Amino acid sequence: MKKRTFLAATLAATLATSAFADGHEPTKVGFIYVGPIGDGGWTYEHHQGLLAVEAEFGDKVETMYQENVPEGADAERAMTQMALQGADIIFTTSFGYMDPTINVAQKFPDVKFEHATGYKRADNVSTYSARFYEGRAVQGHIAGKMTKSNKIGYIASFPIPEVIRGINSAYIHAKKANPDVEMSVIWVYTWFDPAKEADAAKALIENGVDVVMQHTDSTAPQAAAAEAGGVVTFGQASDMSEYAPFPRVSSIIDNWAPYYIDRVRAVMDGTWESMDTWDGIAPGMVEIGEITDAVPADVKAEALALRDALSDGSYHAFTGPLNKQDGSPWLAEGETADDGTLAGMDFYVEGITGEIPN
Amino acid sequence: MDFGSINPVLLIASLMVASTPILLAAIGELVVERSGVLNLGVEGMMIVGAVSGFIVTVETQSPALGFVAGALGATLLSLVFGVLTLVFLSNQVATGLGLTLFGLGISALMGQEYAQLRTPTSPRWEFFGLNELPVIGPILFNQHPVVYLSLLLVVGVWWFLKTTRSGMILRAVGENHDAAHSLGYSVLGTRFAAIAFGGACAGLGGAFLSLVIVPQWTDGMTAGRGWIALAIVVFASWRAWRVLLGAYLFGGISVLQLNLQAAGFAIPVELLSMSPYLITILVLVIISSGRGRTGGQAPASLGRSFHASG
Repeated sequence: MKKRTFLAATLAATLATSAFADGHEPTKVGFIYVGPIGDGGWTYEHHQGLLAVEAEFGDKVETMYQENVPEGADAERAMTQMALQGADIIFTTSFGYMDPTINVAQKFPDVKFEHATGYKRADNVSTYSARFYEGRAVQGHIAGKMTKSNKIGYIASFPIPEVIRGINSAYIHAKKANPDVEMSVIWVYTWFDPAKEADAAKALIENGVDVVMQHTDSTAPQAAAAEAGGVVTFGQASDMSEYAPFPRVSSIIDNWAPYYIDRVRAVMDGTWESMDTWDGIAPGMVEIGEITDAVPADVKAEALALRDALSDGSYHAFTGPLNKQDGSPWLAEGETADDGTLAGMDFYVEGITGEIPN
Repeated sequence: MDFGSINPVLLIASLMVASTPILLAAIGELVVERSGVLNLGVEGMMIVGAVSGFIVTVETQSPALGFVAGALGATLLSLVFGVLTLVFLSNQVATGLGLTLFGLGISALMGQEYAQLRTPTSPRWEFFGLNELPVIGPILFNQHPVVYLSLLLVVGVWWFLKTTRSGMILRAVGENHDAAHSLGYSVLGTRFAAIAFGGACAGLGGAFLSLVIVPQWTDGMTAGRGWIALAIVVFASWRAWRVLLGAYLFGGISVLQLNLQAAGFAIPVELLSMSPYLITILVLVIISSGRGRTGGQAPASLGRSFHASG
């Protein structure tokens, strides 16, 4: 990885020289990744965004990235280094970079920062995220219809609102499709650890689960399900189509490219402002990967109808009546959740067993 | 006792699988450290083993060859460490850390074309139907061959260090390399052999991850297991049986806590998540402290460079 960063830097330096030659200084765009670009999931898709930025602007941009940056103090070092290398805009692509991003942004007021999936902003810090829970609703529906054991498993990473929203949305729609459904959640406390993700998937399967959803970044749970046989999975963050048509029957794809291109253009034009973006299926930030023929045709049609309803706004993934886990009312009949509550979601809906760790 | 939806037999069988990579890496590192060399490159050797094993398995469709390649790839890397530290007398700690960084980098480079490919699954042994026996069948007679190999290695290493002449020479080199040298034993030869063995074991462990546990190649997939193996060697106070105990405790509790979560036991997840680290360290520290001064000492020459000029 060192080597590739070095190569990227060398390449960048070459580009810079050529750009100077014709009098334009390229806009420098940096990316901080939590995993390797070859994870086949979350980081892979962010890197696709970087490549799209390069394709769009050619030699008017100069990109750099660093992989496997731990969430915490080391992230500040990586961001500082990028800022010192002259980055004009830095995308920090994991929730755990929230405080490091704010800290480094204070030191470099002229550098624009974009933090993914967080909620802290500043004059030079924007936040952006995708409404993955809309995709989870579609998955939940398919899961509820596909399970034979009525047990759905969910590999969760960290107890943050984004992950909890996904669990709730999947559960609500699985339950709607199949009232007998139960959900087991395993918290693995990592975004990326293929062996642990595989062990978690196996533990779920050995406990009778036959649909495994994941909110972690590698394709290891897909492989575990393929080996066990008869277990349904969904691609997470990336299409993971190498496991289609079965076990992977559909997927949520994060499409960051249009957003990254917009924001880099805003920096070039001088129109960049701190803002909060939270897009879903409608603008295409969340895509539903192909639903394979392993899913019965009627279920597939229902899932697509659900996707379209979420897309055109005629249906919200969190529509009442819904109670919280403790039975207290949350949303009345027909009421939909507001973004504020969703952004800070720290509770399960009624019916999910287990507790959310702190 | 009520296990809920957990099947204890399946649980034990899968904890043995989950523990194997760490056990392999740790038993190799134990031999290296007993010879007086501290190789902090276990993580790097594991991941090079993982990628080498995976590439060869994809190309040849033979998991057996893949395991051999995994062991060889990591051995090569370990010999780089051997040359640098034994011949050029570089600092072992710095070289070992460098080896890990290098291993992570080169494995990412080597594996670029292989991400997201699939390999043939490597079969488990069935012992002519003994695997059908209730309870002990799935645990004892239906494992992957490398699981048996890892257990054999523990026995072998224990026997080698305790009873054989070569084992005693290796320990002598690790305790006092000047004395061993003046008795005419080859310090460098012994250490090279130990480093190569450590590399092969780490490589096997890595290949077990990429061929059996996950099974696929992903950048950085060892995710710190090499460091856990290093820690287990220290907490096991350089004893083979305790390394086995430590690796199985760690791997076992990791799998157990996932199962407890899956079965919906009302135990706080925070507690479950830290339990593998906490319990492994506690148990090993307690065992290692119980036997007085002679038990828990590091090899006296550990980490010190040797040159015949004295």
